[in-house]
Amino acid sequence: MMITGDWIDVGALSAIPRRGARTVPVMGGEEIAVFRTGDDHVYALVNRCPHKGGPLSQGIVHGDTVACPLHNWRISLANGAAQGNDHGCTPTIPARIAAGRVLLDRAAMIAATLKVAA
Amino acid sequence: MDFPIGTGADLAPELEPTDQADRAPPHLVVIGNGMAGCRAVEELIARDAGAYRVTIFGAEPHVNYNRIMLSPVLAGEKSFDDIIINGREWYDAHGIDLITSDPVVAIDRQARTVTSRSGRTVTYDKLLIATGSDPFIIPIPGKDLPGVISFRDMKDVDTMVAAAAAGGDAVVIGGGLLGLEAAHGLTLRGMKVTVIHLMPTLMERQLDEAAGWLLKSALEARGQTILTGADTAEIYGEGKVEGVRLKDGREIPASLVVMAVGIRPSVALARDCGLAVGRGIQVDDHMVTSDANVLAVGECVEHDGQVYGLVAPLWDMCRSLADGLVGKESPYKGSVTSTKLKVSGIDVFSAGDFSSGEGCEDIVLRDASRGIYKRVVLKEDRVIGAVLYGDTADGSWYFDLLKKGESVADLRDLLIYGQAYASGGALADPKAAVAALSDDAEICGCNGVSKGQVVACIEKGACSLDAVRSTCKASASCGSCTGLVETLLALQLGDEVQAGPKTMCKCTSFGHDDVRREIVAQNMRSIPEVMQKLHWSTPDGCSSCRPALNYYLLCALPGEYEDDQQSRYVNERLHANIQKDGTYSVVPRMWGGLTNPRELRAIADVVEKYNAPMVKVTGGQRLDIFGIRKEDLPAVWADLNAAGMVSGHAYGKSLRTVKTCVGSEWCRFGTQDSTGLGVKLERMTWGSWMPHKFKIAVSGCPRNCAEATIKDFGVVCVDSGYELHVGGNGGMKVRATDFLCKVGTEAEAMDTCAAFIQLYREEARYLERTAPWIERVGLEYIKARIVEDDLGREKLRARFLFSQQFSQADPWAERVAGAAAEQHQHWGEFRPVTLNPILEPAE
Repeated sequence: MMITGDWIDVGALSAIPRRGARTVPVMGGEEIAVFRTGDDHVYALVNRCPHKGGPLSQGIVHGDTVACPLHNWRISLANGAAQGNDHGCTPTIPARIAAGRVLLDRAAMIAATLKVAA
Repeated sequence: MDFPIGTGADLAPELEPTDQADRAPPHLVVIGNGMAGCRAVEELIARDAGAYRVTIFGAEPHVNYNRIMLSPVLAGEKSFDDIIINGREWYDAHGIDLITSDPVVAIDRQARTVTSRSGRTVTYDKLLIATGSDPFIIPIPGKDLPGVISFRDMKDVDTMVAAAAAGGDAVVIGGGLLGLEAAHGLTLRGMKVTVIHLMPTLMERQLDEAAGWLLKSALEARGQTILTGADTAEIYGEGKVEGVRLKDGREIPASLVVMAVGIRPSVALARDCGLAVGRGIQVDDHMVTSDANVLAVGECVEHDGQVYGLVAPLWDMCRSLADGLVGKESPYKGSVTSTKLKVSGIDVFSAGDFSSGEGCEDIVLRDASRGIYKRVVLKEDRVIGAVLYGDTADGSWYFDLLKKGESVADLRDLLIYGQAYASGGALADPKAAVAALSDDAEICGCNGVSKGQVVACIEKGACSLDAVRSTCKASASCGSCTGLVETLLALQLGDEVQAGPKTMCKCTSFGHDDVRREIVAQNMRSIPEVMQKLHWSTPDGCSSCRPALNYYLLCALPGEYEDDQQSRYVNERLHANIQKDGTYSVVPRMWGGLTNPRELRAIADVVEKYNAPMVKVTGGQRLDIFGIRKEDLPAVWADLNAAGMVSGHAYGKSLRTVKTCVGSEWCRFGTQDSTGLGVKLERMTWGSWMPHKFKIAVSGCPRNCAEATIKDFGVVCVDSGYELHVGGNGGMKVRATDFLCKVGTEAEAMDTCAAFIQLYREEARYLERTAPWIERVGLEYIKARIVEDDLGREKLRARFLFSQQFSQADPWAERVAGAAAEQHQHWGEFRPVTLNPILEPAE
């Protein structure tokens, strides 16, 4: 993992399966789930469903939504909000791809994971 | 060879002639058990089932099958069973004597008898010649070498499949419809194929130059070598074919040569007995030859100077023939034909005349980026021909316009854009487009069913797709007209259409059963392909349809389909059961519920080593270790593997457990070795993916300690054998099993279990347990398939065991060996509070 300025390089995009996720534990904070969609966008969310805390990284990714593996709540990858009739929101971390690498916003990463932990 | 006969030849001499005339219907003998002969008999039966006693002679060893579907069989998209039109039961039901593998070799019109190759002589009152056509073999050196074949019947397909299995190169001589379908099938079966075509463009009789070129490019992109303007000089080889030499000297090595340059009406029999023969056997408008007692139909006939090599004219001929036989006037007026190439992924349609003669106008549309070419030929404001490449959706509309021959002057400007546009927007509604089709517009090309016939069948009470299929056969073969039939149902019945099953999910308008059928019919091989071909409304489905599609493909293509891990629920992806805190539980397999000290020690060691907070005995007689983190799973599995244990699939839509009681080995009441049978059943069935979880139990006596009567498949042993029960459920809605049958031996119990599971795997909807499935389809149906149909049961069992070859690899061992490590390992770790927060990537 390389840190350049405010962006943290967490690894190569190719290390995440399409429509899948990888997890990044944060020391002293909540685990982060980094998602890759079918059309190669990346999103980072705290790995915790707003419903009962299910590990979103293990859900089925479709479009830019993930279905929580515990009770099938659908969470928007773009803004962390529960879809449909469910209410709740998971913190998100800005993510982008540069030269095939996945970069996460460092400050947001710390803030998001500590906020949930607290 | 023994065949049931009881024909006129054997019986007539024993009967008083006058009595016979009063009682017995006249004898119709049919030469040819192909599409034309049997269709004619079908039409006759539909008019007056008792009018004739029927005997059919066939040269092939098979029942009546759909010859035009041989291409999909060669391509591996269908099996022979799929293309049978009339099985044995049809012949039996109508009292038809079928004599197979015994072609007629002579006709004596004076004595009114036919004689077969085996020497059998049969008298007739009416004779129907339906000998079809023979492949044309170019008279060149080497044409008789082993390995040189034509593409005409099931035997040819078998030969090609065997040749492809042996590997090597193939040459197909002839770039027409048949040759290209043969080349396509052989390519799919892994052969390197060269097509040799005498003319400058492919399918020149059906396609113009532009479409021929598009077709050639598409085939080349699939790896075929296409040599146009190539003239074959000889086929060479020592003792068997080794290659083909062209007149320009080029040599193409090949272990198989398929000659598909054309067909000729098979007229030898007719000519030998003195019937009038031109290019084909000459017939009148009711298919009667120059002898009033002899009829002929199909590709062997010449009507009004025309011979036909396609299937469509046959349907009309058979109607006129049958009407004639029952004394009704309905003359055959010749046919206009259209052509579709059956090469999946390449859509080609052509009809009528497109050789731009005098007074003809062409309207052409090209869309290069989408690979579309359309050409409609007009003469005096009437459509006389159409060639479509890439988008053939409007083929039936153009064909309908062509047959009607009405003026299209009003449509002219928009004609080429298709029916939806040309009809002024009103028909942008596909329902209106179908409503506008004329009654004789063809809906189902495979079975020759017109719109009028489908509508009549709906009016007679068919109110679902299945009902239409089973009555008039529309959409029952390749399924490509399913949408049209459904639209007709909707138009005729409005809201009364028996709502087929609900759609799979909001991503599609298809129900589970439709999707499964289309996956098999169109030989779809991946989730994206299914979504593309069935018009999914979302880019990559949802969490409902993706696991279902993954299962359907896995079930349809055992050993070939590559499982999509990202379409699996978490438990099946991680081969463990997720718990509410995000940790997992692990259940190793214990065959039949038996265990031993080594396994128990290994489980105890794992519990201590990974600080598992709980171990529990499950309802299915297994041990469940709780609280394991996903990253520790491979290590836990490695320890369990080392003690000889494999995955218990407690997490899967799959065989879960086989629960047993101790049985005759220990129990004073036990009647059979229930533990032993339980272990055998579990060894046979473990690892198989199913629509939902599946539980088995074996009880050693009717006291039923293993609770077999609330399992998906339960065995209750009794003194005299094994009672087999199905469809039980102990979950939210308790349901006791239905009694399926009783068998005498363990082997029969195992076979029945395998067949039942395979039927469930192939026909239940995803996430449908056996209990609701059986309530939906009915126990009688299950019995008919599993108990009463010995051959069917055996086939189901064989398919189950075949698919089990590919599913009985322990998924835990694969993960221990490093497979799918990304599913378990974290992607490094981030330590924000250290001064130098760089961590080791785990990738």
